[in-house]
Amino acid sequence: MDTSLDGNAAAGALGDLFVFDVTVAVSTCAICGDARPVAELRAYLDAPGIVLRCASCGAAQLRLVRSSDRAWLDLRGIQVLEIHSAATAE
Amino acid sequence: MRWLVATVAETVPETARVVTLRLDVPDWPSHRAGQHVDVRLTAEDGYSTQRSYSIASPPGSERLELTVERIDDGEVSPYLTTVADLGDQFELRGPIGGWFVWDGTDTAPVLLVGGGSGVVPLRAILRHHAASGSTAAMHLVYSARTLGDLIFRRELEALAGPRRAVTLTLTRESALDWAGHRGRVDAGLLAEVGWPPSVQPHCYVCGPTAFVEAVADALVGLGHEPGRIRTERFGPTGG
Amino acid sequence: MAVVSRGFQGRRRQPGAGLVPPGQYLVDDFPVLSAGPTPDVALEGWDLTVVDQSGAVVSRWGWEEFRALPAEEITVDIHCVTKWSKLGTRWQGVSVDTILGGIDTAAEFVVAFSDGGYTTNLPLADVLDGQAWVAHRFEDEDLEPEHGGPARLLVPHLYFWKSAKWVRGLRLSDEDEPGFWESVGYHNYGDPWREQRYWGD
Repeated sequence: MDTSLDGNAAAGALGDLFVFDVTVAVSTCAICGDARPVAELRAYLDAPGIVLRCASCGAAQLRLVRSSDRAWLDLRGIQVLEIHSAATAE
Repeated sequence: MRWLVATVAETVPETARVVTLRLDVPDWPSHRAGQHVDVRLTAEDGYSTQRSYSIASPPGSERLELTVERIDDGEVSPYLTTVADLGDQFELRGPIGGWFVWDGTDTAPVLLVGGGSGVVPLRAILRHHAASGSTAAMHLVYSARTLGDLIFRRELEALAGPRRAVTLTLTRESALDWAGHRGRVDAGLLAEVGWPPSVQPHCYVCGPTAFVEAVADALVGLGHEPGRIRTERFGPTGG
Repeated sequence: MAVVSRGFQGRRRQPGAGLVPPGQYLVDDFPVLSAGPTPDVALEGWDLTVVDQSGAVVSRWGWEEFRALPAEEITVDIHCVTKWSKLGTRWQGVSVDTILGGIDTAAEFVVAFSDGGYTTNLPLADVLDGQAWVAHRFEDEDLEPEHGGPARLLVPHLYFWKSAKWVRGLRLSDEDEPGFWESVGYHNYGDPWREQRYWGD
């Protein structure tokens, strides 16, 4: 049983941190090399934090924890993010 | 992205379990068809919780519309569908999501496949297509359990036209006078009413997780390119 | 300041009234929080291992062997860092004292590891002396997969993220190695009574 959603469902929470829409950026998995938009990663939102996992190998690409005054973002599962300049122009 | 205050201006029952809330949201920026909002409810003791809901109204609508299905043991949907009344307020932020959107700038054909409440963002896309005069061919395939579960039925049938087709299928309807399709959305139905992969349609699939996965797998199995299939899973209970 | 929505109450909860750690509320249900998919675990292939600092397996039990170990019934309160608490939850499990019994080690820390890659770190002293179990039954039923079945770690005196679901073993360590959540903001120790939710708390 998989309770995951699409990475798109995390766009609201991630929108607080990135000045561009990170869900349309293409992420390359640091573990298996699969590349796809962040919106297509497997999102686990019912956790003590948000976890986005590679849709191919399941590795945790992004982890986000938020307290009332701080946030922690771990991106070690992302080898590189490709961001279209049109996205940053907004 | 800031939290905005939404005030309920009108509630419209759609089916026994589904209600559309028409909201006044001062400072609402415009949105794109297919996007969603995060809704936050706060109780008197400060407890708060959030859920995401697809925007049911197309860009340019007078009011922001959310169409919510009541989940029996849900926490937010029972409030929105049975308690929230005219004048009530809650917070929302958005519009959110640049991936599951359709703007009409591309004239490639568009296949929309929705299960249950998954039809909500697809209805926004279909209405935007109509309002914008787009020349792209668009086909909505919408699966619900019974006639009584079809959301927006009259509106969807009225939207059908030369460049917009609507196929309805029911999975649990026993009435004999239903002349539409019966059964799940499967490869057979998609091949019959959709376009061949050579046409390279954009595909948008939305609904409960199991529905989305089955339909996406069926489309890939028919030869559609995974990169042209965009999905919005609503979770195990469908939102 | 958040807008209060008239008539919204949310999940059934009550203030703790002194029975729960600060900032917690009581719930009737048992929320499921998952950082990944529920693993599909075949019991034939399941094992529980204790691994030492060099990576060597020092103890190993298959499912039948694990179920043959002496188990206890325990009733404990559990506290999730997301603020819900449940009092008087009943479990059946093997004490970690039994799991680690007979192992002579100078290690000060342990890392619990699970199917799916989850890890959490604890001082060794916090999983001994009747403070921790590997639990396989909850409220008279086999532990359901969504709650960590076939077996999970149970360490009720710390926030519940330390009670690793789908646990497959304990790795002894000389260093304190932050686990899945501890490495991205959650407190390294996690004492609910001192409200140690995040780094620096």
